Parts: sequence; C-alpha cells; structure tokens
Amino acid sequence: MLFALAVAALVLVPVAVTFSSFARVEGDILAHLTEFVLPELVGNTLWLVLGVAVGVGVLGVSLAWLTAMCEFPGRRLFDWALLLPLALPAYVTAFVAIGLLDFTGPLQSWLRESWGLTGLPEIRSRGGVILVMSLALYPYVYLIAKNAFATQGAIALEAAQSLGLSRTQGFFRVALPMARPWIAAGMMLALMETLADFGTMAIFNYDTFTTAIYKAWYSLFSLPAAAQLASILILFVLVAVVFEQRSRTRMRYGAVGRGAASRRIKLSPALAGLALLYAGAVLAAAFLIPITQLALWTRDVVAADLDARYWAFAWHSVLLAGMGALMVVAVALLLAYAGRQRPGSAMMWTQRLATLGYAFPGAVLAVGLFIPVAALDNWLIDAGHAWFGFDGNEILKGTLLVMLLAYLVRFLAVGFGPIDSGLHRISRNIDEAAKNLGTGAAGLLTRVHLPMLRASLLTAATLTFVDIMKEMPITLMTRPFGWDTLAVRVFEMTSEGEWERAALPSLAIVIAGIIPIILMTWRGAHSHG
Amino acid sequence: MAELILDSVSQSYAKRQIIADLSFSLPEGAIGCLLGPSGCGKTTALRCISGFEPIQSGEIRIGGEVVSRPGWMLAAEKRRIGMVFQDYALFPHLTVAGNVGFGLRNESKAARQARIDELLVLVGLTAHADQYPHQLSGGQQQRVALARALAPRPRLILMDEPFSNLDVELRERLSIEIRDILKREATTALIVTHDQHEAFALADWVGVMHQGRIQQWDTPYNLYHEPGNRFVADFVGQGALVPGEVINDHQVEIELGVLEGHIPVECDASGCDECVRNCHVDVLLRPDDIIHDDDSLLLAEVENKAFRGADFLYTLKLPSGQHALSLVPSHHNHAIGEKIGIKLAVDHVVAFRRE
Repeated sequence: MLFALAVAALVLVPVAVTFSSFARVEGDILAHLTEFVLPELVGNTLWLVLGVAVGVGVLGVSLAWLTAMCEFPGRRLFDWALLLPLALPAYVTAFVAIGLLDFTGPLQSWLRESWGLTGLPEIRSRGGVILVMSLALYPYVYLIAKNAFATQGAIALEAAQSLGLSRTQGFFRVALPMARPWIAAGMMLALMETLADFGTMAIFNYDTFTTAIYKAWYSLFSLPAAAQLASILILFVLVAVVFEQRSRTRMRYGAVGRGAASRRIKLSPALAGLALLYAGAVLAAAFLIPITQLALWTRDVVAADLDARYWAFAWHSVLLAGMGALMVVAVALLLAYAGRQRPGSAMMWTQRLATLGYAFPGAVLAVGLFIPVAALDNWLIDAGHAWFGFDGNEILKGTLLVMLLAYLVRFLAVGFGPIDSGLHRISRNIDEAAKNLGTGAAGLLTRVHLPMLRASLLTAATLTFVDIMKEMPITLMTRPFGWDTLAVRVFEMTSEGEWERAALPSLAIVIAGIIPIILMTWRGAHSHG
Repeated sequence: MAELILDSVSQSYAKRQIIADLSFSLPEGAIGCLLGPSGCGKTTALRCISGFEPIQSGEIRIGGEVVSRPGWMLAAEKRRIGMVFQDYALFPHLTVAGNVGFGLRNESKAARQARIDELLVLVGLTAHADQYPHQLSGGQQQRVALARALAPRPRLILMDEPFSNLDVELRERLSIEIRDILKREATTALIVTHDQHEAFALADWVGVMHQGRIQQWDTPYNLYHEPGNRFVADFVGQGALVPGEVINDHQVEIELGVLEGHIPVECDASGCDECVRNCHVDVLLRPDDIIHDDDSLLLAEVENKAFRGADFLYTLKLPSGQHALSLVPSHHNHAIGEKIGIKLAVDHVVAFRRE
C-alpha cells in the first residue's frame, strides 16, 4: 500500500509543481503570455481538438463498422492492416505529408509542370494538421469500436430489423448508440494524444501548448512560464480524462452471443467496391504512402547517413527504451501485486491515480519533474559543499534521473494494463493451492505467478519499449548532453526541413513500432482457440 | 494422515455468523463429508481448516496439534494439508508431472521422481505425464489435482465440491475411483458437497450442515434410516411425513396401520403413560417403506409417477388425502388415477413430535 501511494504521489508531483508556479509570478512574462500567446494557443488547441475529434470519429467508426459488420473483398486483410498506422508516430506522418504535398513537393510540382494546375490547399495549415493527426490517431477509435461492434453489433442489428428498421436506421438508432461509450473512450484517448503531441505541431509550426512550453523552456529560459503553460494544458487534459473515465465505467461487456462472422452484411458489388476503395484509400494515406516515401528517401541518404553517429542514436534509443521498459514493468508489477494483496476501493483509487500519467503530455512532465529534481539538486550541492567540500554544479540534473522518472509516470499505464489483467486472470485458488503445497510468498511469485505472467510481462515490456522509442518531448527536453536518440534526430532534421535525412531514423522507429501490432493481432487471432 | 477435530468452532464475516458452534471429529484414515445446501457454511468450514480463514471461537486440531484458535492460526503453507479445488487450480505453465511434483521441493531428485511416478500410476495418468493441463479432460484434470495434493503426503486432504465441474455419469465413476485412491493412500480426507449421492459414495462419515451448524454427524446409513431431525430427514433421501399417534414406547399408529419398533420421541421427561399415549407425531415414510401388493386391502390412488428404469417412483394419495411415496418394480405399470394395493414394510420407525 505504501508503495502504491508513493507511485501515485510521483504522478501528483508534476501537477503540484506546475500549478505552484503561479505562486511566483514573473509579471512581464505573464503579461506577455496572456496578451500575445494565450489567446492564440487556446484558439489553436480548441480548433485542433474539435477537428481531430470529428476526424478520428468518422474514420474510426466507419472503418470499424465496415470490417466488423460487412463483408467485402479484402476485409480480413483490412481488419488488421488498418491498425498499422499505430506504428507511425504522428510526427513521421506529418513530415512525410509536408514533404510530399508542400509547394515544392513532388505532387504540386508535377501538377504545375504537367497540367499547369496550382492552388492546391496549403498543407501547412490548420486543416493539414487536423488531417495528419486524424490519419495517425484514428486506430484508437477503430480498434475499440470494432470490438464493440463485433461483440454486440450483429444481435442488436437483427433485433432492430425484426422490429421493422432498415439496416441504415438500425445502425444509427441501435448499433451506434450502443457503442457510444466505447467510441467516446477511443476518441478521448486520441484527444489526449493530440493534446500531448509535440513533434507534429513543431513540424507544422502550429503553436499549441506543448510547443509553447518548449519555447518557454529553450528560448525564453523561463521555467515558471513553461510551468504555467503546462498547468493550463493540464486543465485541458483533465477534461478529457474525466470524459474518458466516465465512458469507461459505462462500458459493460454485455456480450450478447457470438458468431458475428456468419451474419456479416453482404454488400452489393457496387457498395463492396466503394468499401474497398475507401478502406484502401485510408490505409494508403495513413500508412502505405508514408512508409513507401520513407523507404525511398532512406534509399537516397542511407549511404551518407548510415554512419557511426546513426548507430549511436539507435543505441541510445534502445538503451533508454530498454531501461525505461524494465523500470515500468517492475513498478507496474509491484503496483498490480499490491492490488492483489490488499484489494479494496482505497487501493483501486491509488492504482488509478498512479496510472493517470498516460494523460499528461510529455512536455508537462518534463517541466514538472525537472523543477523539483533541480531543487533537490541545489539542496544536495549546498549540503555537499558544506559537509564534504563538494565542488560542482550538478549531481542529479545531468543524469538520466528526470528522463527516466518522466518515462515512468507517462508510460506506467501502458505497462500496468496487461500485467494487471494478466494477474486478474490467475484464480485465487491457484495461490491457495501453492500455499497448501508449502510455498511461501516468494515461491509463489517466482514459481507460479512470474511463469504464468510471462506473456503479459512481455507484452507490457514491448509496448512500453516502443512507446519510449517514439517519445519526443521528454527526451528532447530532459536528455543529458550526448544522449541524442533517433527521435531527437528526427526532430533536428525536420526542424531544418531535411525530410530525406529524417527518414532513416524514422524508419527504424516505425519498424520497432510494427512489432507490438503484430503481437497484438497474433494474440487476438490465437486467443479464441 | 491424522485425526481432525473441530471443537465448537465459530466464524463470522462482517457481523454475519457463517458457522456456529461446529464440532465433529474425523478419525485417522477416514473419509468425512460435509453435506448441505449452498450457503450453509460448509465451504467456509473447509477454508477455516485449511488456514485461509480465521476463527472466532473454539479450536481446530489436526493430529492433536492445535492449528487454529481465536486470534491465532498456523500459516496455510505450514499445515501440511492438501487441497483439491473446485476449479482444480492446476498450474497451467507446468506439465502433469510438474504439477504433481510442485509440492515436493525438499526431496532429492530421485525420491521426487519416484513419488511422482507412484502417484501417476495411482491415478492412472502415467501416459499423460508430459502433457499440459489444458490438454486433459475434466476428469483427468481432477485426478491430477488429487495427485498433486497427495504428493507431499499431507496429514489431511480437503476437497471442495470435487465433482461439480463434471458431467453426471462421470461423477459416479470418479467418486468410486477417488474413494479407492484415498483409501489406498490411507489419507484422512474431508470433502464438501451439496450432492448426497457423492457424499454417500465417498464418505465414511457425513455431517449434514444447515445454517452454519452441523445437524447430524453420522454414517450415511444412519443418516438415511435414522435422521435426527426434520431437516436431515427432508434433505437426505426422499420421503413423506404422515401424521401419527404414539400408543406406547414401541408402537405408533398411522392411517395405514400400527408401526412397531423403538419410538425415538421423548414426549416428556417423566415418561408417563398418559403423555406418551397422547403424543402427536409425524412419521417419516421412505419410498421403500411402502411396497406394492395387489392382494392388499389398503388402497391408494396413483397421483403421479416417474419412470426410473428398474422401478417406478409413485406419488400416492392416501384415503385421508395425505401424500406418500412408493418405489415399485417397473413391471407394475399403473395409470395415474388408478387405485393400487399397498403394504407397510418399515424397518426403522422415524417420528418427530408435531410442533
């Protein structure tokens, strides 16, 4: 219980720190912020959230309905292939889109030269950001809505039809309202990602809170300003969290029967063709074209860029992701275990709090954890100076401590989910059986639980590993000198507009990102047997 | 193996008394059974014995050693009790042999392997030693669970509803097999079930539980033929209660005639004649207490009948309107509504004072 509380406290630290920044107001900076920066930030953020909500909602729900409830050529392929965009961090989709569609990009150049066409909408715009974010994040809605439709759609639709509704009416009046909590939960996850996104916004030069925090940190060198911006962003995030938690409690697994497969709606040839075209277009835009373009660019630069420095970036990425994943898995295991030892509502709330960090944007965590660690550092230095004649200006600041703590807070939920559900699947009788056979607490863990949890631990570690590989703002803002990773390299190259050179590190991140998707679909396919 | 004694054990959870003043003793090597409807506290009793629940009064002794008393209990892993769970709780990541050997950690490799082999022979699963639990049938999984529990030579084996996950035909066969296995290992065992057929097939001693109390702790034969109270009479076996009048200490009269035997009703401490004579009782008639006889002058109407293969179970309506059951060989096929001749054949008179 103490341990669980400590982890939960770690999540609260950044929140407390960022809000306490209002205690020491630097007047002119705050005035500058409220007068010039804030109105634009709030406007940008609201438009973005609104646009992405509509975008992921429409894409996710329509594709989920098609693959879960309809039969058309290629459905089985699309069923899992439509998840592939999860492997592409939004910032990768973003710079590929700009590289392709910009005024100087191949598409516009070709149109201009061959057809004399100009006046394609500018990609570096609000619409462009929304489009890219929707394409990158729709899988969250797709995945969760697909499950909802598959478990309850067919029966509900048949019931509606037996009561005289057409299929279209049945969809809008029964299936869609039934799936609403699931869809809402998926949309909230996508919106949290949107609020947290830094890379895409930086590439598009679209000012939101995350980029503003970064600028306050690096250009204004004002920690309080960064913290104040972070605290406003937290308010936005909390709204999303509340909605997400509320819709989650409404998700009851009222699975009504099985066998959706035999009852899929057979689409007429014309409609089936349209479905194929639509799903194919989304998949192409969100995954196939970006990945092809990445590969082409990589081919152009690989000879020059695949040098020792590149391997150093890759090594740092792997090392950090590995350390982070191990730490997350260890803490998540202890947290889940604490819940098993002492169930109860107090423990449940503590666990919920401790895993709330997934909602906090990396930029917020970077600021919120850097400030207290820096303060601790100053205290240590003073103490060290007074007592041991220590002479230096940083102890903890220059280490990986802030970065790893931020990873832990941000990604604990990612690791906690699979481990906790894995632990829940182990019946309590198993524990009692082991005890009756003379096994103590330690033996229970090493001889029974760990072997039984192996798959869950592996899933948790893989998911966390990949998420940390993709992570940009925490790494960018808190890395010690010399710890450049693949994601940092992508940021540096894209901020110079060197899309081709950003492709090589991106490709490595994407390839790593495909692993958990394969793992997920493979387990999905095998869990029925 | 060891004797198990429960001495007025009580347990309550959240101010609700689950078991009250529970006492019984199970001799070394005997198989006991707690029988009762769901919610009667039998599973809680089992968990108190295995060391997963504390007790609030009384004490539990195994082989003379106190293992539970109010405020203290020996840890479950130190009790040397084997438990077979309702869902078997086999370790899915270990093979059959791995499961059976799980509790044999402190023995040498050779001794361990020998014990595993011995048990696999005993439960007839030698050919499945290297398979994983999910590859086995329900009955096989259950035998693995039993072998696993027996392996460390526990002082006592506990089984919680051991057959509830199996289909009916399998239950009967397995309960005989399991009794056989337990007897060959000479293990003291306590089983919890709500099914009296299982209890009768398995156990030497059966305790009928109701509302947290043991109503009667006795042999299966006695439970059936000499139930100690109305609950036991009703819960164990079939039968009907018909009104009767006590004539004296060895005779009771019901509408079908006078029954002779020991009348186990104490009407009054003084035992005066008047009192006994006027005592109103209900007499238990088992289906085998009423036999069909075409020559009998006593007639009863067939109100319902159930064909059970070798025999019919007739529900009869006596002239007074009372109901009674009769077991009749199946070649006597009578129609509903027909009047048939019956005769009493009561060995044990069971009578309860009318409240």
